[in-house]
Amino acid sequence: MGRYLLRRLGQSLVLLGLVSIIGFGLLHLTPGGPLSQFTQAPGMTQEDLQRIAHQMGLDRPLPIQYLEWLGHLLLGDWGRSYRDSQPVLFVIGSHLGATLELMISATFIAVLLGTWVGVLGAIRRYSLFDYASTAGAMVALSIPTFWFGLVMIYIFSVTWRLLPAGSIATIGDGSLFDYLRHLILPAAVLGLVTVAIWSRYMRSSVLEVVSQDYVRTARAKGLSERAILLRHVLRNALLPMITIAGLQLPTILSGALVTETVFTWPGMGRLFLDSIGYRDYPVVMGLLLFSAVLVLIGNFLADLAYLVADPRLRAA
Amino acid sequence: MRDSPPTGLSRRRLLHNTAIGGAGLLLPRSLHAQPAPGTPPKGQVIIGISQEPTVFNPLKPHIEVDEGVYMSLFSPFWSIDPQGNFLPQLALEIPSLGNGGVSEDGLEWRIKLRPGVVWHDGTPFTADDVKYTIDLINTPGFPAMTRSGHRLVRDITVVSPTELTWKMEQPYAPYLSVLAAMFLVPKHILSASADVVNAPFNNAPIGTGPFKWVERVPGDHITLAANEKFFGPAPHIARVIYKYVPDLTVLKTQFQTGEIDYIGLQGISADHYAEVKTFPDRTVVAAPLGFVESIVLNNERPIFKDIAVRRALYAAMDKKSIVDDIYYGLPKPTESYLPMQSWAYNTGLPAQTYDPARARKLLDDAGWKPGAGGVREKDGLRLAFTNSTTAGNHVREQSQQVLQQNWQEIGVEMTIKNLPPAVMWGDYWIKGQFDTAMAGTVYGIGADPDPSDRLSSASIPSKTGSGFNTAQFSNPEVDGLLHHATATLDREARKQDYFKVQSVVREELPLLPMFQWVMIEGTKANLHGYQPNVNVRSNCWNVSSWYWT
Repeated sequence: MGRYLLRRLGQSLVLLGLVSIIGFGLLHLTPGGPLSQFTQAPGMTQEDLQRIAHQMGLDRPLPIQYLEWLGHLLLGDWGRSYRDSQPVLFVIGSHLGATLELMISATFIAVLLGTWVGVLGAIRRYSLFDYASTAGAMVALSIPTFWFGLVMIYIFSVTWRLLPAGSIATIGDGSLFDYLRHLILPAAVLGLVTVAIWSRYMRSSVLEVVSQDYVRTARAKGLSERAILLRHVLRNALLPMITIAGLQLPTILSGALVTETVFTWPGMGRLFLDSIGYRDYPVVMGLLLFSAVLVLIGNFLADLAYLVADPRLRAA
Repeated sequence: MRDSPPTGLSRRRLLHNTAIGGAGLLLPRSLHAQPAPGTPPKGQVIIGISQEPTVFNPLKPHIEVDEGVYMSLFSPFWSIDPQGNFLPQLALEIPSLGNGGVSEDGLEWRIKLRPGVVWHDGTPFTADDVKYTIDLINTPGFPAMTRSGHRLVRDITVVSPTELTWKMEQPYAPYLSVLAAMFLVPKHILSASADVVNAPFNNAPIGTGPFKWVERVPGDHITLAANEKFFGPAPHIARVIYKYVPDLTVLKTQFQTGEIDYIGLQGISADHYAEVKTFPDRTVVAAPLGFVESIVLNNERPIFKDIAVRRALYAAMDKKSIVDDIYYGLPKPTESYLPMQSWAYNTGLPAQTYDPARARKLLDDAGWKPGAGGVREKDGLRLAFTNSTTAGNHVREQSQQVLQQNWQEIGVEMTIKNLPPAVMWGDYWIKGQFDTAMAGTVYGIGADPDPSDRLSSASIPSKTGSGFNTAQFSNPEVDGLLHHATATLDREARKQDYFKVQSVVREELPLLPMFQWVMIEGTKANLHGYQPNVNVRSNCWNVSSWYWT
């Protein structure tokens, strides 16, 4: 068991190294660089650009730049953003909260609504509700989020003036009510897609469970439908959903790019896009590594769960 | 800047080059009276911008939106108003021959500083801060944004806390304009920092400007508060918030819902202009920018060495259709590379007329005969080339299609080859790898009309490794005029030189001028004092004069 864990850990570290090399290489080989935004700035000369590139170390061979970056990383120094010269971990940290807030709210909506729609669709299979929810899920999955977000803003902010058209809070307000008001639209838009996915998974999971022997046994015992559903069906059907929820972990870091853009949400998705746009190498590398670590942790946890659940693996 | 129109696509580029010289458009004076002097600042203004300001040491490499924040936080020696006049800020007067600020040979400078000015932390501002600022720019390890002009400064001497002198290695007339964009930084803060490049100052800047730093929420906004110790007229607004709204459609919507009070960089896209004009209680303005859209020819390509080709291409360009049909008639067609508001703008240049017949005749006379596929040929050369600009800029792509058609009609084949911004404006542009490019460019230095960096033969980067004369234009007469114009501070003499340069460039056509850009901006109708200024890189230049009614 201990050896198995060590081997998995070793594999993960090798993988992480590979990810960082490939990421670093791709990023730096992409044409353009952090200074191309200045090439047309008034009064800035070629000499200025070459001097700054030299001062930033951008004119050295790529392997040297990589090794230096890696060396600093191993010592716990993730580098500083080219944009605001803050430490990379600080930059990531300052955007993580906004994304978590949005993601958790959207997931909350999705789990509540998705479970309900999925279960209802399964136990009333081929009913009008089932057809409607199936069609609704398809529509929700197909609607471009950007367009849907703008429509919601148009309806709720421009026309009815009920909710703000974006931002995480009114600057200087800071009350819980204000935060919630700002959260409704983006969480609903982001949650909609997840509701659709979640309800489909839930529906098939419930359908699978209701045909199990223990459900038939419960029914034969004379339990009420309600008790069967809550005590036997739902608890078993939710098990695979926990795995699905676990796999969502890395997406928390990547954020919801489109939703964050439409609703002016200062989260990870926007940070990633802005950092790529500015060729802010240290931040992009930081984000890449961070999400790679999350994926590996997710996989590692899944492995552990299997280990606990499957005695055959333990024996091996 | 180089490439991006207020149509919204690449905003960062858009403003890169807004900084040129000349007088801007003056809005009609508001009928509402300004608050009386002594009235305490009140209320707040939320400025919506589609790029995030992130660099707060004004000497480090930065973009336009950063500069908008600098103009609230920091002060230069003097600022520039929309008419191109210098207004004393930290300096008591503008150095000139008359007041003894500059010697006759342009080499000795003397600056008198305003007494009694304090930094936001209460420390007095002195000549030592000035010396520190210029020295820091020239410090080898410091990544200064630009050393243009500053690198010529020698022997800075602090005469007294309010006076200093320096020598220039050679006379350099644009330096007055360069200094108008040099924001002074506090010596007592930065020199105390072990690492000046990554000093805490970068995220807690201290200046002498009308507003003080309050906070920055990364990815979201920056808050500034009125500086009650400001040396100039006290700001009318208590708080200024720079709000980052990355998407232009969303920016427009938040302007409509009232969540932002002023829509700045990079404004409202031209296709939304008509709609935004109908918003109640909003004032919408097409503010002129300093950059001029043109087709830049790579003058080292053999086909473009024939002046008949350059003239024929220009004559066959349907400028009016491009401006009216694609840009909604907002920008103004131009014959010069300078913005029309510049004091050196030559109004006497001949106007281009769309005349395909004349274009065909020019080519016929020069011996370019129709060959395979209707494309003209001469001595084994085909009149075929590519035109490049930033990929994804749909408005520019439409202009390219019009030109493609215009030139096809005279037997010239233009192929569109657009590239991502970082590629387009990298080596491809600088090292002369393009045939022709569609670019919006500021030709002067800061607000000064001197185009040496873009039109002098000493500034061809592929040959001399310096400058931005990417058209590779080389003309001894222009070189001489530019040399003469930068060596004198006499504005009248410089004007004559620059007039002549514009005539030669219009005659020789190393680039085919199209129009001067505008940016559509807007404010709430009861917010007053906003005034577009073509001479600065952000129209937030005078936020301290804004007020509500």
